Amino acid sequence: MIRTAWLVLKKDLTVEVRSLEIAYTTLFFAISCVLFFAFALVKEGKAPEDGAAGILWIAIAFGGTLALGRTFERERQSETLRALLMAPADRPAIYIGKLLGIIALLVAAELVLVPLVAFLFQAPLLSHPFWLGAVLLTGTIGFATVGTLFSAMLVRARSRDVLLPVLLYPITVPVIIAGVRATAALLQPDVELAIVQFWVALLIALDVVFLTLALWTFEPLMTD
Amino acid sequence: MPKWFAPLAVVTAVMFAASPFLIANAPYEATMGLVQKIFYYHLPSAWVFLMSAIVCGIASARFLFGGSPRQDRLAHAAAELTVLFGAIVLVTGPLWARKAWGVWWQWDVRLTSSLMGWMVAWAYLLVRKYGGPGSDKLAAGLALFGMANVPFVYISVNYWRTIHPATSVVPTLPVDMGLALWFAVVCFLLLFVLLLRLRVYLEEQRTRLDGLYLSLDE
Amino acid sequence: MRVLAPLLLFCLLAGSVFTSASARLSGAGGLQEAQQPKQTDEFVPISQLPPQDQLPAAPLLVTAYAFVWVVLFAYVMSVGRRLTKVQHEVERLESDIAKRTRT
Repeated sequence: MIRTAWLVLKKDLTVEVRSLEIAYTTLFFAISCVLFFAFALVKEGKAPEDGAAGILWIAIAFGGTLALGRTFERERQSETLRALLMAPADRPAIYIGKLLGIIALLVAAELVLVPLVAFLFQAPLLSHPFWLGAVLLTGTIGFATVGTLFSAMLVRARSRDVLLPVLLYPITVPVIIAGVRATAALLQPDVELAIVQFWVALLIALDVVFLTLALWTFEPLMTD
Repeated sequence: MPKWFAPLAVVTAVMFAASPFLIANAPYEATMGLVQKIFYYHLPSAWVFLMSAIVCGIASARFLFGGSPRQDRLAHAAAELTVLFGAIVLVTGPLWARKAWGVWWQWDVRLTSSLMGWMVAWAYLLVRKYGGPGSDKLAAGLALFGMANVPFVYISVNYWRTIHPATSVVPTLPVDMGLALWFAVVCFLLLFVLLLRLRVYLEEQRTRLDGLYLSLDE
Repeated sequence: MRVLAPLLLFCLLAGSVFTSASARLSGAGGLQEAQQPKQTDEFVPISQLPPQDQLPAAPLLVTAYAFVWVVLFAYVMSVGRRLTKVQHEVERLESDIAKRTRT
């Protein structure tokens, strides 16, 4: 099963690296999001107090939605998803492979977004890199888990572009809230690690619940 | 419609007509006064809202893993009722909060997670309506995630710092308040059963219509 | 089905009559600063309503109950409307099919 997941991931990365189309467009979109919020919320040259954390996560969420849509659109166009499902492979393994691909894409985007937000909003985002990394990773996993499942489900549906946010955003609200609260706690002048640890623990719990549900339902949801 | 529907409807209607009397006779609450009486409809509708989300989730799971169209109809009906009773909770709550807390809305755990659960139910209905073929399974998957939210909504108020009353309020209610509350709870539960059966009947008729269209094509 | 709607309408009227009657019992009082109250663990009953502050509670109470009634009534009407529409379609199709099998 791990081998299948790895093969799916390798296939996605190979296709993506050839053109880097999704990577560049997602990154550009996420950066535009950050700039948009900067223009909208900055008053007299100063950013709002806790703005950095919220803006970072909104950019991740919006960019992630775009990336999810584009990734599965590509699958739909070449009918590769159907081919994948017809292959004698564990369905959950296919899901894990696609999930890892999405996570890799989002992490790459975050590597650019975090310094950008830190720079634009003078936020000390890089003061506790380990904890920030933990927050971003667990939050990204939570978002991507639900997102990959719903995008895969929507591949053959009508109005799929509109429906992905409709389905995804309500469910990922706890992930976003936890991510923002944890990041905001890390940006305080005197960081209380206990608060950050609490939110990270909640994110881990959410990740476990979502991943379990996704693995459990992927098979029946993808079969006609 | 089954035989028990009409008599149960009459009983429910009579009980609902009687409930304002019980509510008016309940004592006032020390700090909140008259506006606290919204509680007697707010809490039962919150319980029905959560219960409806659970019914939808369980029916969705049974539909996804068993393929029974009956469960699918039940899930669809339950989702609509989740939106209905959720709307009641999310309107009566702020009306009460305006006086009791001084604000219409607070972004605390209970309110945020309830609003989120309500939106999931809305998303379910949107997917069923606009998703095209296969949207029944999509929505079922969504409903499972929505059901996972329900226990969180209920217990969150006991573990987070929030202004919303804790769940310990209900077991510690004095008798005359308790009477009005549990009477209203029974009213709302009966109403839920009635509305669910009615809505499922609509789905059954729609299925029958689809069957007729199909046989017409043959 | 046809029984339910008028009965709900009756309950709506009865409910609003009674809530407005009990609302007249509430008194109006002077202004008081709104503080963030602590989370309550239990409701404490009292028998007499003390002189109240700030906002009058009655309009909020009446609006809340009226909303519940109206929304429930509107929902039942909505289901009923959809049901009659589907039932007419069913009758129409069934007569069409009967005509076809006869010819």
